[in-house]
Amino acid sequence: MTRFLLVKYAEVHLKGQNRPYFQRLLLRNIRQAVAPHGGEAVFHDSRIFVTDYSDENACIDSIRKVFGVHAVSPAIQMGKEDFNAIAQQAADMMGDEQGSFKVVARRADKRFFLESPEICAKIGAHVLKNNPQLTVDVRQPDHILNVEIRDNALLYTKSFPAVGGLPTGSAGKAMLLLSGGIDSPVAGFRIAKRGVQLSAVYYHSFPYTGEAVKEKIIALARLLSAYCGTIKLHVVPFTEIQQAIHEKCPEDFTTLIMRRNMMRIADMIARQEKALALITGESIGQVASQTLEALACTDAVVSRPVFRPLIGMDKLEIIREAEAIGTYETSCLPYEDCCTVFTPRHPVTHPKLKQAEFAERPLIEDDGLDHMIERAIQGTETLLIEPKP
Amino acid sequence: MSAMIYLDNAATTRPSAAVIKAMTAVMEEGFHNPSSLYAPGVAARKKLEACRDLIAGRLSAKEVLFTSGGTEADNLAILGLLQHRKRSGRVLYSAVEHSAVAAACQSLKDRYDVQQMSVDENGILSLEAAEKLMTADTVMVCVMQVNNETGAIQPIQELIRIRNANCPEAHLHVDGVQGFLHLDTCLQDGINSYALSAHKFHGPKGVGALALGGNVRLQPLLYGGKQENSLRAGTENTYGILGMMAAVLDVPVDASAMRRLKIRFVDAVLSSIPEAQVNGPDPNASDACDHIVNLSFPPVQAQTMMHALEAEGVLVSQGSACSSRKKASSATLKAMGLAQARMDSALRFSFSRFTTQDEVDQAAAACARVYKALRPFTRR
Repeated sequence: MTRFLLVKYAEVHLKGQNRPYFQRLLLRNIRQAVAPHGGEAVFHDSRIFVTDYSDENACIDSIRKVFGVHAVSPAIQMGKEDFNAIAQQAADMMGDEQGSFKVVARRADKRFFLESPEICAKIGAHVLKNNPQLTVDVRQPDHILNVEIRDNALLYTKSFPAVGGLPTGSAGKAMLLLSGGIDSPVAGFRIAKRGVQLSAVYYHSFPYTGEAVKEKIIALARLLSAYCGTIKLHVVPFTEIQQAIHEKCPEDFTTLIMRRNMMRIADMIARQEKALALITGESIGQVASQTLEALACTDAVVSRPVFRPLIGMDKLEIIREAEAIGTYETSCLPYEDCCTVFTPRHPVTHPKLKQAEFAERPLIEDDGLDHMIERAIQGTETLLIEPKP
Repeated sequence: MSAMIYLDNAATTRPSAAVIKAMTAVMEEGFHNPSSLYAPGVAARKKLEACRDLIAGRLSAKEVLFTSGGTEADNLAILGLLQHRKRSGRVLYSAVEHSAVAAACQSLKDRYDVQQMSVDENGILSLEAAEKLMTADTVMVCVMQVNNETGAIQPIQELIRIRNANCPEAHLHVDGVQGFLHLDTCLQDGINSYALSAHKFHGPKGVGALALGGNVRLQPLLYGGKQENSLRAGTENTYGILGMMAAVLDVPVDASAMRRLKIRFVDAVLSSIPEAQVNGPDPNASDACDHIVNLSFPPVQAQTMMHALEAEGVLVSQGSACSSRKKASSATLKAMGLAQARMDSALRFSFSRFTTQDEVDQAAAACARVYKALRPFTRR
């Protein structure tokens, strides 16, 4: 009899001929997640089993963050020859529980001498006899006791839901614009959940933003990397461009022009990185630069698709999701936006692309912008952000 | 980092060579528990008591209790006296107190009438306002000796007179964290308790003291052993305490050099940056301390200026803290009634006896350079 973790996946099952490809990636990612706990993951009988871990709860927490995993269950594996022993084990497992239960049996090994309904009935009766505090409810039970007859017998009662999605690495790479606010980490999470590998870019405006903000961005990237693995974070020096915009462009257009240049640089770094799309945390109408017109003006400067997974979400919904994935607290650390210097008092809310391009013209003159962008990209510092061990 | 010009001595100070030497020696040789009965334990106890006597002597205190620092000393004085008292009454604290005092007083507001005493535009306690608030039922008055943000010296002697006239029973607690060893202090004048912290005068962090002027019936905040007269359980931090003793012994009597440097710095900054303003008392005035000055550089944001100075190798700190969306201005500057632009651009410069004239000149030049560079990039 051994104790182990049974990892279930959902959407990967729906895959057709390339299912083995997804399963391989999932297994690789689970192996990485459980390695710090000393755990081993193997693929067997269309299930993933994790064994040899040191701390079960910590190991479960790590697996629940792996994209592609649907749920994790601590389970018992034992020989299927002695049915009485299986029934006794089932009764022991339910010993501490209260309320109602039912038994769900799955007989993958069709040679087994009992059929599934018989397994349910016999084990259910034995559990009830040994645990008079329990009652049976086959419709809405408080506990489900799963018994699977495969090469061996598997028993489990608890199931911890995981993040779901598709295995990281199964869908190419995208570049996340990480600002330090609440939204962008959530946006990155949502895209990464679909199997996309993340790189990130952050615009550093020293001395307007200090070292503490950079550390905050690194902390956010690290929180995300617990789900999606190592993130390459590009820290782009942005002060020169920001100051030039402030100096040369009409005030009401400065935020929009700043966003256009952030997108331009992200697009260029994405090209170098072979990232296929950009990700932002924008949501319609949240601020002046996130109106439909403004979004059209920023999209006009990039060649890659821009994913905005939060586009139809309310701020409160985003906050709830940030709390759920654990980035909210870090996002709220009080460093960002201290400096209102570059925020216009009355930014344009319904800009036309022509107007934006006209407003940007003084910046572009004499190849000034090209040189500044070149300097920014040359000065970019690239950090590899690993999950916290 | 050693090339940095450190002008944030009100935040903390560099431990002096004498302190490091004293602490290393006690870690290597005299690590024994002062409560142990064998000879090395007794020796540790003796050294501990020597430090207690030294601090008591400097302050003419009746009793000195070692704590983990200024915050604990303030809390021990305020909560230790009032938390378990049966009778209610009024608790007063100045509007510019450190949060260790302000928050401790506020925690009592369910049972006591907790009131703030206002300050004038220089951050100096308004004695008229204080007198009006000091009713006969006042049980405690808290005021800091030197303000940590502006360097304003509070009129403690006058306050004692008013207290004696209006509510002689009220306990006067003085937060001396920024004042200890900078100003002569005699608890026998009428100060009932006085908090200090070693790392503000080149001692180690994690150690401080509460000095008592007379018999004060305190209740402990921590329960356990009978250390510190049963008022502060836990094995005494002998390394810290002996480090603090070395720091006290090491402080020169004459601080006039520091004051000259401060004034030199302010003069240089004000002459090169006409927009700069002093927050708090005139640096030359007698109610300005030797080592702290607060300056505003409108319209440049304090945090931006601070980071830009950091890039020039000058470490200073903000007069006001920032929060992510709203700007939370410093309570001290707000209490002084400063305009928002002035609060937003306030920086604190604080000096130590190790600060050199060369450093001060370089820092002033850096301020002028940075201000000139940042001045055009401000909100239009």
